[in-house]
Amino acid sequence: MTATVTAVPPEKTTPTPAPTPPGTLRTLLRHRVKGRLLLLGVAALVLIPLGVALWGSGSWPAELTVDVSGPLDDANQWVIDNRETHPLFLYFLLHLSNTATDSVDAVYRLLDAMGWLGVLAAGVLFAWRAAGLGRRGVKVALTAFGAFAVCGLLGMWDATLLTIALMVVAVALAALIGVLIGLVAGLSDRVDRALRPLLDTMQVLPAFAYLLPFVLVFGTGTPAALFCTVIYAAPPMARLTALGLRGADPAVLEASASLGASGWQRLRTARLPLARKQMLLGLNQTIMMALSMVVIAALVGAGGLGEEVYSALSTVDVGKALAAGIPIVLIAVWLDRTTAAAGDRIGQSTPGGGLLHGRSAWVLVFAGVIAAELGRLAIGKAWPEAWTYDISTPVNKAQDWITENLASGIPVLGGTEVWSENFTLWILNPLRDGLIWLPWWSVLLLVAAIAWLVGTWGTALTATLAMAAIGVLGVWGKSLDTLSQVLAALVLTLVLGVLAGVLCARAGRLERWLRPLLDAMQTMPQFVYLIPVVALFGVTRASAIIAAVVYALPAVVRITTQGLRAVDPAALEASRSLGASTRQQLLQVQLPLARPALQLAVNQGVVLVLAVVVVGGLVGGGALGYDVVKGLSRGEMGVGMTAGVAIVCLGLVLDRITQPATRKTD
Amino acid sequence: MRTLRIATAVVSAVGVLTLSACGAADTGKKKEVGGAKSVTLTVPSWVGAQANTAVAAHILEKELGYKVNTKQMGEVLAWDALSKGDIDAIMEDWGHPKEEKQYVETKKTVVNGGDLGVTGHIGWFVPKYFADEHPDVTDYKNLNKYAKEFKTAESGDKGEILEGSPDYVTNDDAIIKNLKLDLKTNYSGSEAAQITAIKKYAKEKKPFLTYWWTPQWLNAQVDMVEVKLPAYKEGCDADPKKVSCAYPNTPLQKFLNADFAKNGGEAAEFLKNFKWTTEQQNEVALMIAGEKMSPEAAAEKWVKANESTWKAWLPKK
Repeated sequence: MTATVTAVPPEKTTPTPAPTPPGTLRTLLRHRVKGRLLLLGVAALVLIPLGVALWGSGSWPAELTVDVSGPLDDANQWVIDNRETHPLFLYFLLHLSNTATDSVDAVYRLLDAMGWLGVLAAGVLFAWRAAGLGRRGVKVALTAFGAFAVCGLLGMWDATLLTIALMVVAVALAALIGVLIGLVAGLSDRVDRALRPLLDTMQVLPAFAYLLPFVLVFGTGTPAALFCTVIYAAPPMARLTALGLRGADPAVLEASASLGASGWQRLRTARLPLARKQMLLGLNQTIMMALSMVVIAALVGAGGLGEEVYSALSTVDVGKALAAGIPIVLIAVWLDRTTAAAGDRIGQSTPGGGLLHGRSAWVLVFAGVIAAELGRLAIGKAWPEAWTYDISTPVNKAQDWITENLASGIPVLGGTEVWSENFTLWILNPLRDGLIWLPWWSVLLLVAAIAWLVGTWGTALTATLAMAAIGVLGVWGKSLDTLSQVLAALVLTLVLGVLAGVLCARAGRLERWLRPLLDAMQTMPQFVYLIPVVALFGVTRASAIIAAVVYALPAVVRITTQGLRAVDPAALEASRSLGASTRQQLLQVQLPLARPALQLAVNQGVVLVLAVVVVGGLVGGGALGYDVVKGLSRGEMGVGMTAGVAIVCLGLVLDRITQPATRKTD
Repeated sequence: MRTLRIATAVVSAVGVLTLSACGAADTGKKKEVGGAKSVTLTVPSWVGAQANTAVAAHILEKELGYKVNTKQMGEVLAWDALSKGDIDAIMEDWGHPKEEKQYVETKKTVVNGGDLGVTGHIGWFVPKYFADEHPDVTDYKNLNKYAKEFKTAESGDKGEILEGSPDYVTNDDAIIKNLKLDLKTNYSGSEAAQITAIKKYAKEKKPFLTYWWTPQWLNAQVDMVEVKLPAYKEGCDADPKKVSCAYPNTPLQKFLNADFAKNGGEAAEFLKNFKWTTEQQNEVALMIAGEKMSPEAAAEKWVKANESTWKAWLPKK
């Protein structure tokens, strides 16, 4: 197999680097870096004295800034004045928003009409069918049953249905858009490169920043919430679809081409089926992302579980917030297990026809749902009041006890309060003060130099321009404050994430144990653990960083694990037969070969940490995150959008200086 | 053959979509829920305002036979929804001059619904246990003497003043600068974070200084004393950069959608009449936040006990 890989012309190979012996790659790299370092040294000798002489030191000069809030506020006003009369609204945008409302309403009404027994039966049987009916799927079916039962027990049945309705529509739309984008990006390198900044922006530009314009244009409630969710949730689907298409085994493609298949046929019969695993992971991530927007949806009146969480927050009631947060996690677990089970079955040959396979199995599922429908006539539509349990009081008591004992009560180690204070004093403050102390032009030079070292002239230019844009927008100081927090969070996330990912890839059992925890971390709304985090760590930037790490970690772990697992077993086998130790195998074979996945992990780390910067603003993170929230809550589109765009620029800079340009080195 | 079929399907789908877009869309106004008399109210994020909404909703449903929908959203978004008619009334507004100018004066889609009867006041507060020990801390002139006591990791060598959610009106950065105080603002970013921090300080009996306001249910649990700032005079907060005075007392207002105010019948009249005192609001707010009752249950309890108060709000037959 490996022989065929080298036989294919290099430009047609996949992004997985051809297995160059590590030695040569390293000398090549060292050589290139050395040359560039020398050049940079010379440049620095010239440019730094020049900079000092021309501009001196200090923050971004005021005369180089442009205030964009004027035009933004004008646009805002135009929308308010014209949205009931202008043809653009009457013939296009309002149709979009009405369709959105109607479709979510329709799904909700269907679920409501099915009654609790019907929904429960449908959820469980669907999960069972996806996992392959029979004994194999029983566990998945049981998970589904447990998830739904707990939602009802917590007294959140109706809110859960509303959230599921919103999710079904949002995920369907996001997946469709994601697959379309991913198809194009997977087939063309140029489109892929052009689309990457767009996908990054979709994920990094905080929903809070564009929520206000969306509400003005599409109206409060479902439409704005739905479109914001789709924008945020579509990119993972697109990225992983593209990754899957590119990763298709060239030998298979070659074979199908030699059999005379046309491009379209090859896509349909070879590339897409081969990418199915990646695409399912993409769908899975899209679901998770969409669920993480549930609370944001509540900020504009979309209702559902998010509203319960949000309203619990105003009375500082962790127990009630948790009671609404758990169903969100459980919906995620149910959907995740169902899609994963379906994914596992891909490639397994299904034995013959039989009653439990193919169409007859679907008939069985529908028959079950219909039977449950008949059953509900006897029982009633709403979840029985007597079968609910209020967890709020015990949870609040437990939370009080934990925070009281962990905050300052731990002997020797001090407790969370002391840790957060020291972290702020010894890491965050010096980092922030150092960044702000640096003269503005030297920051630009630094960004350019790093980006050039890891990439090309092009990347250096993009990164520097993005950094300069931050200055021009007039948020230089705040952005550097945010950057210091993001860097700290990113380092923590990557170290912990890659470590956990390596462990998971090596011990499958660990991965299975960690899975519910990772699900919870990714889908439990940050608003739920905001209060305990503040109680433990205080109103400081440390709290904001913890919120970010918790949210970004699971994606990094998952992508790392998946990447390491996907490493060609033949390469591993070969290195083992050459006598490599486990450590050598990991460091010299698995990790280098998993480089595309690791790069994606870093990219997602950057993206997700930046996505939570805004939530950090809610617990004392200040800086850009606070400005974005302020823009939404005070209706100051200029402030919010400027801060949001600055966050995107930061993302661009970080992405460019962390994503080595593989194309040129190989 | 198959490609052709798919292409035909796509083309016809796009065609149907385009055709459907030819008609003008419904702008969403005047939607009736099942033909029943219905009122939509916004539920703000803070408890005092939830108390207003809960009590109003209870009386509207039980006494006047309306169906009440509630929608939760941010304040500025609520103003926009009020203007569009997505909601009918805001029961408690702390002053949004920009929106008032835009919707009440220019577009005339929103009208003032009168005083709520509750007066809001913003200020700087220290805990009572600290003020008892150091009585002179309640004057801003002595704050610099105590700045060290309020120091945290976030405020460096200055004293920290804890700020709240971005929703709130604050001139604190200007006040600190113009009064030359050794203080630094720390924006907690949400009411929940601020309350959690205050509760934590109070439990440990630590000194703290915070931006705070009345009426607020937490005041019944944590005793706080206001720090005197230079007295408020009309217009002393006109220029945001030159403010060096205290915050005014704000009589909280109700706002109604203009169409609803005119054609809303008994419901509109009732909401205009709704007026109670700070103490009455706090009573309900504390049931919700302190005793963790549901807003509906708290409203029901209060309505049962205070018949004489709310009977006066009902429309005259």
